Amino acid sequence: MSKILIRGAKVLGGEPQDVLIDGRTIAQVGAGLSVEGAEVVEADGKVLLPGLVDLHTHLREPGREDSETVLTGTRAAASGGYTSVFAMANTFPVADTAGVVEQVYRLGQQHGYCDVQPIGAVTVGLEGRKLAELGAMHESAAGVTVFSDDGKCVDDAVIMRRALEYVKAFGGVVAQHAQEPRLTEGAQMNEGVVSAELGLGGWPAVAEESIIARDVLLAEHVGSRVHICHLSTAGSVEIVRWAKSRGIDVTAEVTPHHLLLTDELVRSYNPVYKVNPPLRTERDVHALREALADGTIDIVATDHAPHPHEDKDCEWAAAAMGMVGLETALSVVQATMVDTGLLDWAGVADRMSFKPAKIGRAAGHGRPVSAGEPANLTLVDTAYRGSVDPAGFASRSRNTPYEGRELPGRVTHTWLRGKATLVDGKLT
Amino acid sequence: MDSQAPDPRPVLEGPDIARVLTRIAHEIVERAKGADDVVLLGIPTRGVFLAQRLAAKLEEITDRKIPVGSLDITMYRDDLRMQPPRALARTEIPGDGVDGRLVVLVDDVLFSGRTIRAALDALNDIGRPRAVQLAVLVDRGHRELPIRADYVGKNLPTSLRETVKVQLAEEDGRDTVLLGAKRTAPGAQQ
Amino acid sequence: MQRHLISAADLTRDDAIQILDTAEEMARVADRPIKKLPTLRGRTVVNLFFEDSTRTRISFEAAEKRLSADVINFSAKGSSVSKGESLKDTAQTLEAMGVDAVVIRHGASGAPYRLANSGWIDAAVINAGDGTHQHPTQALLDAFTMRRRLVGRDAGLGQDLAGKRITIVGDILHGRVARSNVDLLHTLGAEVTLVAPPTLLPVGIESWPCEISYDLDATLPKSDAVMMLRVQRERMNAAFFPTEREYSRRYGLDGDRMARMPEHAIVMHPGPMVRGMEITAEVADSDRCTAIEQVANGVSTRMAVLYLLLGGAVFDAKNAPAATHTRTEEK
Repeated sequence: MSKILIRGAKVLGGEPQDVLIDGRTIAQVGAGLSVEGAEVVEADGKVLLPGLVDLHTHLREPGREDSETVLTGTRAAASGGYTSVFAMANTFPVADTAGVVEQVYRLGQQHGYCDVQPIGAVTVGLEGRKLAELGAMHESAAGVTVFSDDGKCVDDAVIMRRALEYVKAFGGVVAQHAQEPRLTEGAQMNEGVVSAELGLGGWPAVAEESIIARDVLLAEHVGSRVHICHLSTAGSVEIVRWAKSRGIDVTAEVTPHHLLLTDELVRSYNPVYKVNPPLRTERDVHALREALADGTIDIVATDHAPHPHEDKDCEWAAAAMGMVGLETALSVVQATMVDTGLLDWAGVADRMSFKPAKIGRAAGHGRPVSAGEPANLTLVDTAYRGSVDPAGFASRSRNTPYEGRELPGRVTHTWLRGKATLVDGKLT
Repeated sequence: MDSQAPDPRPVLEGPDIARVLTRIAHEIVERAKGADDVVLLGIPTRGVFLAQRLAAKLEEITDRKIPVGSLDITMYRDDLRMQPPRALARTEIPGDGVDGRLVVLVDDVLFSGRTIRAALDALNDIGRPRAVQLAVLVDRGHRELPIRADYVGKNLPTSLRETVKVQLAEEDGRDTVLLGAKRTAPGAQQ
Repeated sequence: MQRHLISAADLTRDDAIQILDTAEEMARVADRPIKKLPTLRGRTVVNLFFEDSTRTRISFEAAEKRLSADVINFSAKGSSVSKGESLKDTAQTLEAMGVDAVVIRHGASGAPYRLANSGWIDAAVINAGDGTHQHPTQALLDAFTMRRRLVGRDAGLGQDLAGKRITIVGDILHGRVARSNVDLLHTLGAEVTLVAPPTLLPVGIESWPCEISYDLDATLPKSDAVMMLRVQRERMNAAFFPTEREYSRRYGLDGDRMARMPEHAIVMHPGPMVRGMEITAEVADSDRCTAIEQVANGVSTRMAVLYLLLGGAVFDAKNAPAATHTRTEEK
């Protein structure tokens, strides 16, 4: 395989260095490298990060190929600087058997844009009643370690307890979508001043917080680890902070959109802002940023949720929940965390690569940028400023809340084990 | 081009207006043979004040109560869609109605005739008078419809580049009819 | 006035007074032998009802017909229309037939807003009630009724409701009438108090421009008008209150309570009334109850809205739907 020399890249935002990729691995990192016959990429002060890892992606295949496929979703991932994505289980059929997870895993391998690590359903059919064959999924070729009924909450305390206990046998983790179902019947948006005015069904913060509180206590009780999906409220942050201080093995994620957008946007009744969990208040946004900065929230995960145009071009109540995010995640994080001084690029690498890989046990991902490591890398032009144009998305869906919004930063190159998947902003 | 339109000049002053109204009142009595079934309907805004003044004069002459009301024609206009919605004025039909009576419509200026056309339509929805006549303070010509006034205070030959503005004490603080030059927008009346 | 009527909150004080004054003139048409005006001749209005509401629909229909508009009634209830694409498709289909205005009733909050602002259609949109959001013409007819009764038919012209104390009682949480009324009455200078059990008040209500009370008896003597809202019996099953009996004992209006209101104060109800629940028959049938008057006033008020939205030229570019026309940025 060929050699690639990345010249003058600020590794994790540090001083400019040269990085030599030889085949599938990083061969050398240092100043003034010069290698005969190597293809040279002039980084010119761009920031080099380990390939990003997304612990929360909806690839929609099998079943909803009209909104996304493994191919289009992994191309979107590569565009956004990702080298590994965890695909949620709420497909049709549900990824609750070894057969489905292996299919998704193989499709990712076959397309070669980004590693796809399937997430297995916790319960059969996401119905919350009967545990799925968690062990079989773990032992399958897909090697599932993360289990989630995302989209639905494992609300039965006994089922949740059993799942937490059961996955200990093979080091798995349950990723909880924290949403108390009775408190969110008919819920359409964050419950508060704006929902009262708009007459949209309220989605109280306590519906999320009560489940998180219960689950950290359950995790403590059974000595397992638990991961909290897309945490969205200041109260949730307080609970996770408390749990961590108590030594409970809990990790938590936040989405880019919850770091930037608030429920004020819902005043437009534009369903592009309809998402689960809902956009919250300014106060919540600030609490989430602080928590991501101080490590209470471990990672950023996109909750990339593609939907076809017709599912958003309608009245609010009829619209599907979710937004695409793979191709804008890093820009939003730069805008909300880096440009605000809350996090440096090493911190971004930690929250968007090292930690998610660790939580999901993604082998070969989230590794340091140093000699001998797999060449999973992302080059970011952090000086770039531009407005978001969904027409240019690699994703099959366009349901972005950022259309026309000016965001900083642009991923120009992505390498997956030495193979370029994105060059000068163009997919290979 | 006129850089600055000259100040409008008065063509009728307070005493003139009082005099022509008195004359019109006498004409009405004469032509209506005592005016015992006359109903005066003024067209808002200034036509209503003129109708009230006429009624007072008729009452002096005949020593009888003369029914007087107002007839708003806004919703019957043929140019509604050429401007933003206009505020409505009051239509007030005297208690005994208009059926079988002689209705005298009263307006300040007769110009294209379109207002009176609208008034006839409006009247049609209110009842069936024995006859309808028209009294105006000023007839400035330039009719666009086959309409003429039965009682005219003053015939005022004008060009289309001129404006005629009636001011009445009830609304404007003084009685006068002003003849001026149009500023810009063609099509705007009065 | 804007091009559409989506929310009572969009109306300025001048807009609202203009509508109420116009409605007074429209009301006089009802007293004439020929209850018809030629004003909207040649204009087509569609009543697009995704929810059953016979009263609101026929009120709009009467208003449209009195102004000589051509009326198309489209009831989407019962057909397979429930998903969003269908709202868009339905609206576009109707507009292709040359509709000038869409009067829409929809179960989803915000549906009229979407219709007016998504660039789907160019017609004027009048909200005839959306979900638990707004019902602006109801608020206008209520304000019209209050102004007539509390200020006077002629004395009220050009006037607002400054200083009038209005109490609204009942299901505020699921009610669009309360929201619209709070917005409009506040704009018109009235002091509004909402009375309900805490379960039937939305979280976030503290930002509304009104007072909140759980105690009806304390509020009644300080009210110029008391508006009783319908409370659906189904709410009982969702634990919003324990029993019907307890609800009417604490929040229902009966003769004894009515006697505690000031002598001039009126009782209002947007209908349909649930007699024995929020209001007793004695109160509903009393002279102080304006429920029937409100129905008549509804036609006049809707005529005024239709006239002011459709009676003139449409060239208010500022409020024209701009969003979709500038979707792609080309340079």
